[in-house]
Amino acid sequence: MAVAAIRVDQVTKHYGTLRALAGVSLEVAQGEFFGLLGPNGAGKTTLISALAGLVRPTSGTLEVMGYDVVGDYRNARQHIGVVPQELVFDPFFSVRELLRIQSGYFGVRRNDDWIDEILCNLDLLPKANANMRTLSGGMKRRVLVAQALVHRPPVIVLDEPTAGVDVELRQGLWRFIRKLNRDGHTVVLTTHYLEEAEALCGRIAMLKSGRVVALDSTQALLRQFATHTLRVRLQNPEIGCTLGGNPDVDGWVDFAFDVYADVEPLLGRLREAGAGVDEIQLGEPDLERVFVDVMNRA
Amino acid sequence: MPDPGPRARASSWVGFRTLLGKEVLRFWKVAFQTILAPVLNALLFLLIFSHVLDRHVTMYGDIAYTAFLVPGLVMMSLLQNAFANSSSSLIQSKITGNIIFVLLPPIAYHELYAAYVIASVLRALMVGLGVLVVSLPFVDVSFAAPGWIVAFALIGGATLGTLGMIAGIWADKFDQLSAFQNFLIMPLTMLSGVFFSIHSLPDIWQEVLRINPFFFMIDGFRYGFFGQSDVNPWLSLGVAGVFFLFLAALTLVMLARGYKLRS
Repeated sequence: MAVAAIRVDQVTKHYGTLRALAGVSLEVAQGEFFGLLGPNGAGKTTLISALAGLVRPTSGTLEVMGYDVVGDYRNARQHIGVVPQELVFDPFFSVRELLRIQSGYFGVRRNDDWIDEILCNLDLLPKANANMRTLSGGMKRRVLVAQALVHRPPVIVLDEPTAGVDVELRQGLWRFIRKLNRDGHTVVLTTHYLEEAEALCGRIAMLKSGRVVALDSTQALLRQFATHTLRVRLQNPEIGCTLGGNPDVDGWVDFAFDVYADVEPLLGRLREAGAGVDEIQLGEPDLERVFVDVMNRA
Repeated sequence: MPDPGPRARASSWVGFRTLLGKEVLRFWKVAFQTILAPVLNALLFLLIFSHVLDRHVTMYGDIAYTAFLVPGLVMMSLLQNAFANSSSSLIQSKITGNIIFVLLPPIAYHELYAAYVIASVLRALMVGLGVLVVSLPFVDVSFAAPGWIVAFALIGGATLGTLGMIAGIWADKFDQLSAFQNFLIMPLTMLSGVFFSIHSLPDIWQEVLRINPFFFMIDGFRYGFFGQSDVNPWLSLGVAGVFFLFLAALTLVMLARGYKLRS
């Protein structure tokens, strides 16, 4: 059986009286695109920092490609690339200098071919010789991604990589990350853009107050937690409300339902009650609703 | 599978060399500020003191004051710049957050230590050499025992580079680093015999200076120029060596435990 790309076992982290992680356990298989979701302060960044060796767990163990992040930190760090959440950079160097330096830190010399490929894929080639100080926020964010990839890590961790990045650049970034995932890289993503997580991640863990409160495939989570929505515009919306709908503006009323077979009986009841249906929209279950549901239940 | 394989150990030497190279580039890219400015400062000290005191004061019997002053100024500049290099690099990286790029790779803590300290020693030697070279047209300097000059330059640079690391790791803001520099490093450097021989001081002050390890570094360094010093150079080397080893051990423990670097 292949070793897990990431294994987290009963990890706790306390900062004084604050409990940032409260016994987190999870595994990410090699080649997965895995989402780590949660509200601010849920412990996502602490968990990622512990994987990267920036934070030392109070108890429990973490492994990257089978290497313990504390006991065998050299091998563990060699196998992971982390894109930090904060927009940090070294103002002394150009983009290319920075990537060469970062390659060297990981023991990789003469890495210019791969650096050029990363720069090209991240649309950074025209800025290769520009000093970091002269780049826009979005460009700096892409350099952070490039820095995490210089040593071709099998495991890539992206901590909110698209914060402050415009739509075009975001799409380009995801194309590149998807390609890396197809090539066999394991990708772990944290993001507050839930539609991104839904579109990209095969499995998702949700954290709240340092605990895993949901962990399943994205499809299973959508099936398990989210309901479909029937959205109708009524001539008499108050009647819709008496039949269990949630009123919205302009006469729109939302009804939740589990299976499509429920739609026709619901419309029948509205007709019989004289609600007067003018328009109908069907809403698919989405991760945002799952997220809100899970967080409310946890 | 894009597995880089078990090359981590084999490549650690490259990681160390890269960090060292980056630290050297960091000060070299702003050489006006990090090398030429301290050389100019020392030259101004030399010109002013030589103008005021050279005709009135001799040291060790017949050595002109300016000639006595040169090794002290060289060593003072060397020590202060060794400290400034590692401390400023670390505090800037911590405050801007880019320290993360050094902490994420598989670089061992002792490699991290060695890279920062060697870079500090290199900058210190460049500044020291610069001060010496610009002094030569104005002052007749002798080189009685060059081996001692090199030994104390290296141990002084390494000691202050290490102290700079301690300060850079400990300080959370520039204000704290400034306090460390102004209330500890500066007095210890200025009151270490840069400008005077301890025999010109009252007994009580002579005893006070003998507990300042910087005094031994400067006195031993000066021995290399004149073949004369206030204390035996072997004693100075012993004191400076023990002081360095103590600071190096302390820094390595801080790094190994991730003090203020890995929470």
